[in-house]
Amino acid sequence: MLDIRNLHVSVDGKPILKGLDLSVKAGEVHAIMGPNGSGKSTLAHVLAGREGYVVSSGEILYQGSNLLELNVEERAQQGILLAFQYPVEIPGVANVYFLKAALNALRRHRGLPELDAIDFLALIRNKLKQMEMDESLLYRPVNQGFSGGEKKRNEILQMVLLEPTLALLDESDSGLDIDALKVVAAGINGLRSPQRAIVLVTHYQRLLDYVVPDKVHVLADGRIARSGGRELAIELERTGYGTPADHPGRQAATP
Amino acid sequence: MNARVPGSAADYLGAFRRISGILPGQHLDWLRQARAEAIGRFSQQGFPTLHDEDWKYTSVASIEKGRFNILPTASDNLLAPQVALHALPDSHLLVFVNGRLDPGLSRPGRLPPGTVLSSLAYQLEQDQDWPEDTLVTYPPASPFADLNLAFMADGAYVRLPPEAALAAPIQLLFITSEANLAVQPRNLLVAGAGSSASIVEQHVALGESSYFTNTVTDILVGSGATLEHHKVQQESPAAFHIATVNVSQAAKSRFTSTSFALGARLARTGIAVKFQAEDAHCTLDGLYLSDGRQHVDHHTWIDHQKPRCTSRELYKGILNGASRAVFNGRVVVHPDAQGSDAQQTNHNLLLSENAEIDTKPQLEIWADDVKCSHGATVGQLDEDQVYYLRARGIGEASARVILTRAFAKEIIDRVGPLSLQERLDQLLQHKLPRQ
Repeated sequence: MLDIRNLHVSVDGKPILKGLDLSVKAGEVHAIMGPNGSGKSTLAHVLAGREGYVVSSGEILYQGSNLLELNVEERAQQGILLAFQYPVEIPGVANVYFLKAALNALRRHRGLPELDAIDFLALIRNKLKQMEMDESLLYRPVNQGFSGGEKKRNEILQMVLLEPTLALLDESDSGLDIDALKVVAAGINGLRSPQRAIVLVTHYQRLLDYVVPDKVHVLADGRIARSGGRELAIELERTGYGTPADHPGRQAATP
Repeated sequence: MNARVPGSAADYLGAFRRISGILPGQHLDWLRQARAEAIGRFSQQGFPTLHDEDWKYTSVASIEKGRFNILPTASDNLLAPQVALHALPDSHLLVFVNGRLDPGLSRPGRLPPGTVLSSLAYQLEQDQDWPEDTLVTYPPASPFADLNLAFMADGAYVRLPPEAALAAPIQLLFITSEANLAVQPRNLLVAGAGSSASIVEQHVALGESSYFTNTVTDILVGSGATLEHHKVQQESPAAFHIATVNVSQAAKSRFTSTSFALGARLARTGIAVKFQAEDAHCTLDGLYLSDGRQHVDHHTWIDHQKPRCTSRELYKGILNGASRAVFNGRVVVHPDAQGSDAQQTNHNLLLSENAEIDTKPQLEIWADDVKCSHGATVGQLDEDQVYYLRARGIGEASARVILTRAFAKEIIDRVGPLSLQERLDQLLQHKLPRQ
C-alpha cells in the first residue's frame, strides 16, 4: 500500500529525512519508533502533505501512484488520515460541524450522498460511545478547552468516523493516563482490517502493549536504522535509543 | 472663528433657512434655538477634513461634494414584501422610509403598559413639555451631529417604563429608496430604571443608488436597567453612512452595543458611552466586513467618569479587495473613577494584500486604581488551522471559508436576540466567498 524509497526531506533548508525506506502492506500495523528529533513527525506530515517540507529526492508510492503529486485534501480524500500529535484548536467552529464537514467531504469524493444532521448525529453518537467521550464535546469548538486526553480521543474519533485506508498516528499515546490509553488503543485496534494499514509513530513502546504491531522500525538520524518484530520495541524499552554514553545510568535503572 | 464658509456647508445653511419652518418641534423654544446654533456651527466649521485628529483616516470629501437633497421628493411605492425581507419574525417593528415613519408598514405589536414606541416627530409635535436634556444630552461631537440636530425630521422614540421587560426585540428598520437624498434620522431610546430590552437599529436600501444617511441615536440607560443596542448597517454599495451613538449610563446599568458594518461605500460609526454613575457596565462589540473600495470606520469612546465601572470591547474586521477600515478605541478614566476596569480588543483579518486597516487604541488614564488593557492584531488565517481542516479532506477554499466564518461568528454569537443571530448568520454567508 505504501512504498517509500530513499526519501530525502528538508525543512527550512535543514535535512531531516536522509534516505528513508519503508514499505507497508494492507492489513499491517507498523510502529515507527525513535528518539526526539529523529524525524518521526516529519515523516508523518510529509505523508499527510503538509506544505513547507521539501522532498529533494526519493519517492512515495501510495497504492501504486505517486503520492507527492497530491495536495493535502486529495490525500485525505484518498484515504490517508493523520492523527495529529498536537491537534489544532479552532475557535468558532463547533466540533460537530467540523466532523460532519470532514465526513461529507469524503463522501462527496466517493460519490456517496452527504449525511444530513440527523443521520450524522446518530452515527457520531455511536462513535462517541465507542471512544467513551461525552456528547458535550460535539458542541464545543474544535479542540478548544479540551484536555490533552480529550484531544487525543477526538483524533481517534475522527479515525473511526472517517475510516481511512492508511491511518497515520503521531504520538497518539503521549500524555494519556492508563485508562485513556486503553480507550485510544481499543479505537486503533478496532481499525485493524485486511484492507487497511496503520502506521504508529511513537516515542515509547507503552502503546504497543495494547496495539501489537506487525513490524517495528527504529528511525534515527533521518533513516530507518533497524527493523524487526514486536520484540524490537521491547528491547528498545530496555536499552533506550542511544548509546549508553548518551543515557548514563539508563540501563542500570531499568530492571 | 473660521471666516471660510465652505460651499457645501453654505448649501446646507441655505436649505435650513428655507425649510426650518416645517421641521418638527419648532414650537419648542429650546429646540428652535438648538437647531439654529447647530447649523450656525456647522456652516462655520464645514465638514471635517483629514486635518481633524478624529477624521485623520477617513475623508468625507465625497459627502461634501455630494449635494444631497434635504427633503424626500415624492411618496414611494414601497411594498410590504420588501419590508418582510428584513423584518425579524418576532420583533416590535417600526419602519422608516426615507427617514420618516411609515405607520402602515410598522407592526409595533403588544408592549408592556407604559412603554412608548413611537415617532420622534409625532412626540415632538404632541408633547409640549419635552424635557430638553433628553434630546440634547451631549454636546454634539462632530459636525455631522450638528447637521443632524439642525435637520432631524423623524426617528424612533422608545421609552421603557421602570421595570418593564421586553421579551422580543424592538426593531427600527430604516429603508432608503430615494437616490441623492440626505436622510437624517434621530432616535431617542430611554430605558427606565430596572427595565430591560433589546433594540435593533437596521439601515437598508432599496436598490443601489447613492444617498447619505446621517443618523444620531441618543440612549439613556436608567439605573439597574439592561439595554442592548444592535446596529446593522446594510446600506446600498453607493451610499454614505455616518452614525453617531451617544450613550449615558446610570448606576448599576448594563449596556451592550454591537455594530455590524456590512454595506455602504463609506461608513463611519461613532459610539460614545458615558458612565454617569457607579457600578455600571458596558460591552461594545463590532464586526465590519469590507470589500472592493469600501471604507469603514469605527470610533468608540468610553468615558469612565465614576468609580467601579467596567467596559469590555471586542471589534473584529474582515477586509477584502482594496477596502480600508479604521478602528479607534478611546478609553478615558477620570481621576475619581477608581476601580475602573476596561478591556479593549481589535482583531483584523486581511484576506487581500490590497486591504488596509488603521487600528489605534487610545487610553487616557488619570486614576491609579484601575485595570485597563488593550490589544490589536492584524493578520491572515491561521495556516495550521487551514492545514488541519485540509488534512481531513476539506478542500482549501472551503477550509478558508469555514475559518473566516468562525472568526466573524464570535461577534454574531454575542447578539442577544436569536432571530437576529440567525439573520446575521445568513447575511454573513452571503457576504463571504462561497464554499
